[in-house]
Order: sequence, then structure tokens, then C-alpha cells
Amino acid sequence: MSEPVSTEPLLTVRGLRMHFPVTEGIIRRRVTGEVKAVDGVDFTVARGETMGLVGESGCGKTTTGRCILRLEKPTAGDIIYDGQNIATMDTAALRGFRQRIQVIFQDPYSSLNPRMKIGEIIAEPMYVHGIEPDAGKRNARVKELLSECGLNPNFADRYPHEMSGGQRQRVGIARALAMNPEFIVCDEPVSALDVSIQAQVVNLLEDLREKFGLTYLFIAHDLSVVRHLCQRVAVMYLGRIVEMADADSLFDSPLHPYTRALLAAVPTPDPTVERGRDFRPVQGEVPSPMNPPSGCVFHPRCPMAVERCKQQRPEPREIRPGHIVACDEVR
Amino acid sequence: MTVPRLLSYHPTKITASQREHPILPPLLEIIGLHTEFRTGAGIVRAVDGVSYGVEAGETVAVVGESGSGKSVTALSVMRLIPDPPGQITAGSVMFAGRDLLTLSEPEMRQVRGGEIGMVFQEPMTSLNPVLTIGRQITETLEQHRGLDSAAATQRAIDLLNQVGIAEPVRRLQQYPHQLSGGMRQRVMIAIALACDPKLIIADEPTTALDVTIQAQILELMKGLSRDRGIALIIITHNLGVVARYADQVNVMYAGRIVESGPAAEIYHDPRHPYTVALLRSVPRLDRPRQARLDPVEGQPPDLTRLDAGCAFRPRCRLADAGCAVARPALTQVGKAGHSAACFKAAA
Ligand SMILES: Nc1ncnc2c1ncn2[C@@H]1O[C@H](COP(=O)(O)OP(=O)(O)OP(=O)(O)O)[C@@H](O)[C@H]1O
Ligand SMILES: Nc1ncnc2c1ncn2[C@@H]1O[C@H](COP(=O)(O)OP(=O)(O)O)[C@@H](O)[C@H]1O
Ligand code: SF4
Ligand code: SF4
Ligand SMILES: [Mg+2]
Ligand SMILES: [Mg+2]
Repeated sequence: MSEPVSTEPLLTVRGLRMHFPVTEGIIRRRVTGEVKAVDGVDFTVARGETMGLVGESGCGKTTTGRCILRLEKPTAGDIIYDGQNIATMDTAALRGFRQRIQVIFQDPYSSLNPRMKIGEIIAEPMYVHGIEPDAGKRNARVKELLSECGLNPNFADRYPHEMSGGQRQRVGIARALAMNPEFIVCDEPVSALDVSIQAQVVNLLEDLREKFGLTYLFIAHDLSVVRHLCQRVAVMYLGRIVEMADADSLFDSPLHPYTRALLAAVPTPDPTVERGRDFRPVQGEVPSPMNPPSGCVFHPRCPMAVERCKQQRPEPREIRPGHIVACDEVR
Repeated sequence: MTVPRLLSYHPTKITASQREHPILPPLLEIIGLHTEFRTGAGIVRAVDGVSYGVEAGETVAVVGESGSGKSVTALSVMRLIPDPPGQITAGSVMFAGRDLLTLSEPEMRQVRGGEIGMVFQEPMTSLNPVLTIGRQITETLEQHRGLDSAAATQRAIDLLNQVGIAEPVRRLQQYPHQLSGGMRQRVMIAIALACDPKLIIADEPTTALDVTIQAQILELMKGLSRDRGIALIIITHNLGVVARYADQVNVMYAGRIVESGPAAEIYHDPRHPYTVALLRSVPRLDRPRQARLDPVEGQPPDLTRLDAGCAFRPRCRLADAGCAVARPALTQVGKAGHSAACFKAAA
């Protein structure tokens, strides 16, 4: 909602590809194929902005996030962060960067070590990265972070299993903030939470963005949460971005048939609206990324597909200023 | 909204009027169900006096946050509560004229997967990983229907066709891990359908799936229910899913039903502060973007530490001293069939 602070992108992703080899055989591993998890992705994120990344399971959202975090070394492409290409950086050069880009995971259960106290979980990265060498100051900082994230500072002495899902997710957020990051990859941060708790965490993420001038890449399934939180949104399908626009254009006038199908599938919490709607869900499932369809990869499921779509892969085009669509039938 | 459309969506109009002028008892009637677990932390009253009915052919949704007792209620109906630590301590479950809680285990086995089908959230855990899809369907048919192997296989092929699985003959020979999540859920529905059930209980059937596949699976279930008059209990926390598919809604909180009624009543005239807050907390695509979300504040209750008062009290904006005295009972509010358990919900 707030306008991006600067027009110079903080992050520019260009031609990003992440191909994983598929192997067979246990003793003598043979490479029998390739999963093109991310296959030519371009986008930018401005400082202070929240960029949404949506799409069905397996379309490459997490892999894109992992490349930006450099948990994966991309097969090809550039990831320019604040003027430097992280895609090609070596381990030594990356060390300084790791602190600036943090992550919040989906699963607040498995992402916290069950044998560590909450205080230790939050303090550990500060210690490991030498951000706060003094133990006393570290503890004070832990308490400050806990209350920043809406938790009682006494929770520092608890274990993860003594907390609810929403509380654990707040701990995950506090841990990411401990590094004083600029950029946070939020990978489905509210998907595992109860509906009643999701709104609390969404509000917290918004407050923190404003307070600390954070920039988010927000990966999510729930399109209504994405619309609420993001200034811009990219829709992925089988490793590529099929549509990208500012959130208002994307949700008010979606152009790509896949985006329309995704939006149509979301039920509205209002029985009167739902009963009045003529609803036919998109058919079929996402094809295997090991063996993607020819031409436009969406053609087997696309209600608008014509013969040409089977042969020709549509290139992304800027149809209106800032609104990019990869479909040749959209004019 | 045209009338024919409404009718095609509601072929079970009879049930709505039957709710108002009951002639027959409902297909399923849960009466005063109590189920508890004895844990290290104390006794968890997971289901603490739950009553609701399901008419033939209708879709009843159960919503509420995780831990509110939705699954334990369903598992109690099916008599699948692990004992120890769990135990059904009171109540009855009337189904087609009998109390399921008094049946012998062999009789109950005929009900499960026979007259009542089940579909769970994670089909990977309810399908047997080492048996082919075909074997899992034919097993049900042989056990409940006494079909021979050839007849059972033919019926299995028909069932896979009905649930929209392409190439059924090839799929029959595959194992669960070779199918996508959506396809596994279709197989679960095929198994649930195998013996022409009168009721299917679906516990979070689409929570693990993408919205697109969720829509496909729910349309499939709703279509089958409409065409064959199968009643559905859908347990979910997705308020959109409930709005699209449910006739009746039961909202659970801390082991009890706190609000119950026809879907339109619950959404357009919610009376319990929890229902009101829950509906307010979700962002909606059909409305202008809000500046800020309006969450249900506070934390879900710890069931081992409930006191004598209303369990929603610590999170309730309307709570006062009177709410600490007792737990409010479910009483009628608004129109017939709409009830809420809150001291302030009346009028
Ligand atoms: N290390 C890996 N080796 C091989 N294939 C991988 C690897 N990591 C991811 N993939 C594959 O890459 C594709 C994209 O995966 P990714 O996890 O990025 O999807 P996603 O969009 O985050 O999905 P979800 O919504 O389910 O989280 C999938 O087909 C996945 O199976
Ligand atoms: N096997 C079990 N042992 C102990 N407690 C259980 C068991 N199964 C469920 N419970 C408890 O019962 C309560 C209700 O659980 P459940 O019905 O699964 O909730 P939901 O509404 O999410 O389906 C929870 O507090 C849960 O922890
Ligand atoms: S290019 Fe063709 S198949 Fe692809 S989305 Fe557009 S119309 Fe559909
Ligand atoms: S009884 Fe009191 S505390 Fe409980 S929901 Fe009603 S107003 Fe709130
Ligand atoms: Mg992912
Ligand atoms: Mg459950």
C-alpha cells in the first residue's frame, strides 16, 4: 500500500534457471533427465516493496526463493542484489550477504530445533555471525525481539513444543529479524496457521516491514492474503512467470488464462455470492516438469488454447505499462 | 440469481423444510457426545457435549480452529478413537435407527466403508502404501459386497471413471506414491463410494491441495452427493469452502459447538463473537482491499486448563464478569434452526 521508497530495484532477477538432474540406480547413479524447476525467470523487487509469488505446488516458487538465499547455486542467470551478482558469488563473498537476506519458512513445527529453548534459537544466529558477541546484550536483544513480535519476553525460557503454531511462527520471524536483514523471503509463512491466527501474523509482517523498512518476497498459496499484503505479484507455472503486474491490476483485471483459473478457484466466504456464481474449475493437473508439454506449457489445461499454442512458446510481453503476460492470445 | 440455478444447486430442498417440520429422524444424529483423552498434562475434553444432526442428502460443514474437536467428533462417530488414551464417555450416535456406540466391532466394521464412507486430509496415511490402488478398492468391495474378483475389478474401473481418473485400468496397477495428491484424494473418494454409502465424512479433504485441485475435488464430491443423495459432513477451516458447499454449518470452539444453523444465517447474521471475529478476520477477493486485517486476538485455548466460564472469554471483546460464571449453553437465536452458545447472543 505504501509506495516503494526508491525506484532503483533492490533485487533484479534475470534469466534465472535452476535445473536439477534426475538420477536413477543406486550403485551406479545415471542422470536420466532433468527437472527444470525454474526455467527463465525475470523480475525485480524495489526497496520497501512486497513482491508476491504465487502458483500451484511444484511450479518453482520455493526454488526461486532458495536461489535468492543462495541455498542453491543457480544453473544460469543473474541475481543482482544491491548492485552485486549473488548468483555467481563464492562462499567467502557470500558470507557478508547471508545476513542481509533472511527467510521465514512455512512450517513453524519443523523449522525450530525442538531441543533448544526459544531464547537460544533466536540468539544462535547472532552468535554464529558475530552480530552480538556479548552474551548479556544478546539476551536483552532476544527479549526485545520477542516483544517486537508480540510474544511475552519470558517465552525465551520455553521450548518450541510448549507453544502454539502461531507463537512458533512469531519465533521464526524473531529469528529472521535477529540478523537485522533488509530482505526477507517469506515462504508460505501463514499457510500452516489457523485462519484465526493468520491475520495476526499478516499484520505483524506488515508492521515490521514499515518499522524496519523491510523488503519481502512473499510466496503463498492463498491469493486473498497475497492481494492484501503485496504491491506486485508474479504468477508462476511450470518454472516460468506467466503474468506479472501490480496487485490491483492483477486481481482486478487478470489477463493470463492461468491467472484467471487460479482466481476463479478461490471460493468467497459468502454463500449468496457463491450460489449466484457459475463455476467450473480448471481441468487437469500440473504436468511433470521433467516432461513439460510443447509450445505453451499451459495448453493442455487452457480453455483458450488454439492450435498454434501447441507449437509456439509464448514470450512474456508488456501489454500495459508494468503488466507482463506470457500468452499469445491475450491482446 | 435465477430460480432454476438455485434449485439445481439445492436438489435437497425437502431437507430444509424437513428441518423445520421434522417427520422422520435425521439420517445421523449425534446426541450429547463426550470424548476425552487422558494425557500427561491432564484430561483433555476434546469433545465436550456435542449434538448435531445430518439429514439425508444434505451437506453439513464443521468449522473451527485446529484442536477444537472437529476430527475427534468424526472419529467418535466412526468409533476410531484410540483407546487408550481416548474414550467416548457419554452420548449416542443414532444412524439409520441404531446407536453406533452400542454396536459390536464386527457390526461397526460393516458400517465403516459401507453405509458411511470416509475421506481424510492426507490420503497418503489412509491408503496402504504397499497395496495397489486396485487391490485397495476391490478389498472393500469383496469385504462389504461379497463380489468375486472379476466383478470387483470391473466395479473398481467404473468407480475410477466416476471420480474422473483417466486410464483407470493402468491406474489400478499403480501404488499410492505414483499418484499426485489430487489423484490420491480421488481414489479415497472412489473407495468411499464403493459401497453406495448414505453418508460420507470428509475431514479436511482438500487442505493439503492447491486451490485448483481443491475446487475439482469438492465439485466432484458435491456432484456425487447431488446425483445420488449422499449426505456429506465436510470438516474444514476454509470459510470459502463452507460458503460454497454447505447447507448447514456447525462452528466448534474448545470441544463444543458454539454456533449452528443454515449457511446463509451463519454468514449473514452470525451471533457468536467467535464466529463474528472469524468471518471478519479473512481478507476477501470480492471486497476492496482493507488497510489492515482484523484478527481474532489471543491464542487458542489450552483444553487442559479450561475453567467453569465461557471458553472464548480470554479472546472475547464482549466478555464481562457474567461470562466467568458458567459455560453458556447452545440456545436458539434469530431464525428457527439457528443457535449460539453465548450469554450475549440472544435477541
Ligand atoms: N533438490 C531438488 N532435486 C530435484 N528436484 C527438485 C529439487 N528441489 C525442487 N525440485 C523440483 O522442482 C520443482 C519446483 O519445486 P519447488 O519446491 O520450487 O515448488 P514450489 O512452487 O515451492 O511448490 P509448493 O507450492 O509445493 O511449495 C518441483 O517439481 C520439485 O519436485
Ligand atoms: N490421540 C490423542 N491423544 C491425546 N489427545 C488427543 C488425541 N487426539 C486428539 N487429541 C486432542 O483432542 C483435541 C481435539 O482434537 P481434534 O479433534 O483433532 O481437533 P480438530 O478440530 O483440529 O480436528 C485436541 O486438543 C487434541 O490435541
Ligand atoms: S498461449 Fe495459448 S495455451 Fe498458452 S495460455 Fe495463451 S491461449 Fe492458453
Ligand atoms: S459468553 Fe461472554 S465471553 Fe463467551 S462468547 Fe459470549 S460474550 Fe464472549
Ligand atoms: Mg514451496
Ligand atoms: Mg482435525
